[in-house]
Amino acid sequence: MNMDDNKLTLEKITSDLTHHIRINKGFLIWMGFLTVSLLVCLYAYSIQLKTGLGVAGIRDYVTWGMYLANFVFFVAASLIGMLISAVLGLIGMKWLTPITRIAETIAVAFAAVAGLVIVSDMGRPERLAYVFLYGRPQSPILWDVTVITTYFVLSLLLLFLPLIADMAIIHRKADSLPSWLKPVYKVLSLNFTDNPAQNKIINRAIRILLILLIPAALSIHTVTSWLFAVTSRAGWDSTVFGPYFVSGAFVAGSAAVIIAMFFFRKNYKLQDYLTDLHFNNMGKVLATVSLVYLYFNFNEFLVPGYKLKRADAIHLQELFAGKDAILFWVVQIGGLILPILFMLFRRFRKPLPIMFISIAVLIAAWFKRYIIVVPTQEHPFLPIQHVPQNFIHYSPTLIETLISVAPFILVLIIITLISKFFPVIPLHETARERGIEHIKFD
Amino acid sequence: MEDNHTSHSPDESEDQKNSTRRNFLKNLGLAGVGVATGAAALYSGHIFEAKKEVSGDQKVLLTQDGKLVQVDSLEIKAMEKTGVALHEMEGREGIPGRRWVMVTDLSKCRNARKCISACQDAHQLRPEQYHMNTLQMQDTPGTAPYNMPKNCQHCDNPPCVAVCPVDATYKRQDGIVLIDNVRCIGCRFCMAACPYSARIFNWIEPKDAATHLDQEYNVELNVPQKVGTISKCLFSADRLREGKLPYCVEACPNGVYYFGDENEDAVTNGTTKETVRLSKLLRDNAGYQLMPELGTKPRVYFLPPKNRLFPFEAATETTPEKV
Ligand code: SF4
Ligand code: SF4
Repeated sequence: MNMDDNKLTLEKITSDLTHHIRINKGFLIWMGFLTVSLLVCLYAYSIQLKTGLGVAGIRDYVTWGMYLANFVFFVAASLIGMLISAVLGLIGMKWLTPITRIAETIAVAFAAVAGLVIVSDMGRPERLAYVFLYGRPQSPILWDVTVITTYFVLSLLLLFLPLIADMAIIHRKADSLPSWLKPVYKVLSLNFTDNPAQNKIINRAIRILLILLIPAALSIHTVTSWLFAVTSRAGWDSTVFGPYFVSGAFVAGSAAVIIAMFFFRKNYKLQDYLTDLHFNNMGKVLATVSLVYLYFNFNEFLVPGYKLKRADAIHLQELFAGKDAILFWVVQIGGLILPILFMLFRRFRKPLPIMFISIAVLIAAWFKRYIIVVPTQEHPFLPIQHVPQNFIHYSPTLIETLISVAPFILVLIIITLISKFFPVIPLHETARERGIEHIKFD
Repeated sequence: MEDNHTSHSPDESEDQKNSTRRNFLKNLGLAGVGVATGAAALYSGHIFEAKKEVSGDQKVLLTQDGKLVQVDSLEIKAMEKTGVALHEMEGREGIPGRRWVMVTDLSKCRNARKCISACQDAHQLRPEQYHMNTLQMQDTPGTAPYNMPKNCQHCDNPPCVAVCPVDATYKRQDGIVLIDNVRCIGCRFCMAACPYSARIFNWIEPKDAATHLDQEYNVELNVPQKVGTISKCLFSADRLREGKLPYCVEACPNGVYYFGDENEDAVTNGTTKETVRLSKLLRDNAGYQLMPELGTKPRVYFLPPKNRLFPFEAATETTPEKV
């Protein structure tokens, strides 16, 4: 890190990190746009509520379509909170400080919305409570509900705890703040005065959370992968699905974090805090997790491809050279192999190029979920006969697409609100790292 | 289609009522299964009402909370449970002492599809919704094609039941796997888990839904069908309760289906009404199960498509329209 930065005063840091906390025209337009789009999607959902799941393209054979791919994607993206804060944080990577809150925000937003995504896939959403009333512990759905809720709560706490100190600083020191916000921050600061006892409690709590977060996060995606792996269908019947999904999740999440970093840096003028170094390092993280994911991809396709059992052979044939081949290869090459190759070079880990690479990776990550979910169901063990054409090949409808877009809008709304009203970069921690030992509160 | 047997109307004849009552008592006395909700209440009533006619014949009953109680036989009454609650209870228990099995003789199936239409009529299904669907199969390019009527295999180790989050699909003691569409949340995990593609979903308002609005739900027939819930073959549990063969079994003109009770080792052919030994039928004809390697333990057996006296014809009828 640049040594000159350390000379910054607390006032300068505070103003740098909080000057965006105000309601301006850009924010209103953006939120207005998101709200209107969300309303359109909600209208689509109201049609589904009235008519039934039949408004989507899913039918008796491909019974899980875009909605479920979406669900897997959202759970995947939420996993990044664990990788950045817990794994990398616990092994003491100092450069991560300005990125942790972004990662946690993304984790909270995606985890919260994942729960809603799965509701969009229910034939009887009004019976959601039955899962708690009549829940059967044998069903992986119940495990999924439990661990996602746990993970969401842990992530929310992990987002909030470091904010306490920040709130204490902000409501006293940030002059540019809208006056109606100050009392809110005061309440949220829970009377924090930066005394050693308080710091000790918070630090311990955060440490415990970080440790708990690791098994919780591993569980959510492992269990999500088991929704598929517990069946005997070709393409799902796999023992590496857990780690395959987890490593894939890190790829999607890292890409999401890099994209968010880029936009926050630009819009909130955080160039001094989110430097090229951070993008470079995040590029390395993304490259590493992508390599791990590539390794699992080899396992997932090479092993059944070598044996070519009947059902596997049909499935792989469709993926490699059949109906899904174009999508499959674009995703595997464009979303995994090429990005890895590019990211080996430092010049592609600069903010702008790495942001574009991340966008490609993230889009590919969504389609990868689609490829995992849909093609398997088009080739069940017994032939599909005497049914209408649209039962045989799945194609999503417009309504279904709109309903699938809604969760993305929700995530954007949540991320926008959190980042708009709280410092994107941990204030208290940054001040400490830059040599401001004890903050005086008067 | 005669539709009467499906509705459990209150004006059953007195005779029938009595026989249900007798059966009920017999079940209680013999098996002592813990379904006697009334027993506990009766017992307390028995203590307080000292002056009462007694037969001196004391019956030992098991209450729902697991206590053994003695009740005078004159005081025992059948439980007053009607409607959905009764169906629900009986429907979850199954028919005691039975282990239903089906044997499908592939050498006789000419793809007449009469089983399919009888089934679809009984269960209020659209043309593209199959509890039973006859597939045109060819195992390998060198072997002969054949017709295979395929329904739910009523697996003894059913993956669909294992994954259901709310116990909406369940296995009964008589071997039947049923669906409770009042409970089903429409997650379709069971469809993903079933290797036999046996399950269908009500993607939109079921057929003629408006006309079945005030029909009472019968879990053993799974009608009225409900939008957003699952359906599948039920082995015609409602017919079995009346001592009749399933809809499909009776409708087949070609003698394809045998149906019966594994405990009795006897199955009856739906067309010829001939009853034969199950074990012998399977042994003599090399009966087999569908994909037994998956460990699902199906309750449907197939007899191989050998010695057919008619040529295989590729299906000619048009597929149902897009839904
Ligand atoms: S055939 Fe399918 S639906 Fe029927 S019991 Fe087996 S797994 Fe369940
Ligand atoms: S769709 Fe219904 S029956 Fe099937 S698993 Fe879900 S809740 Fe159970």
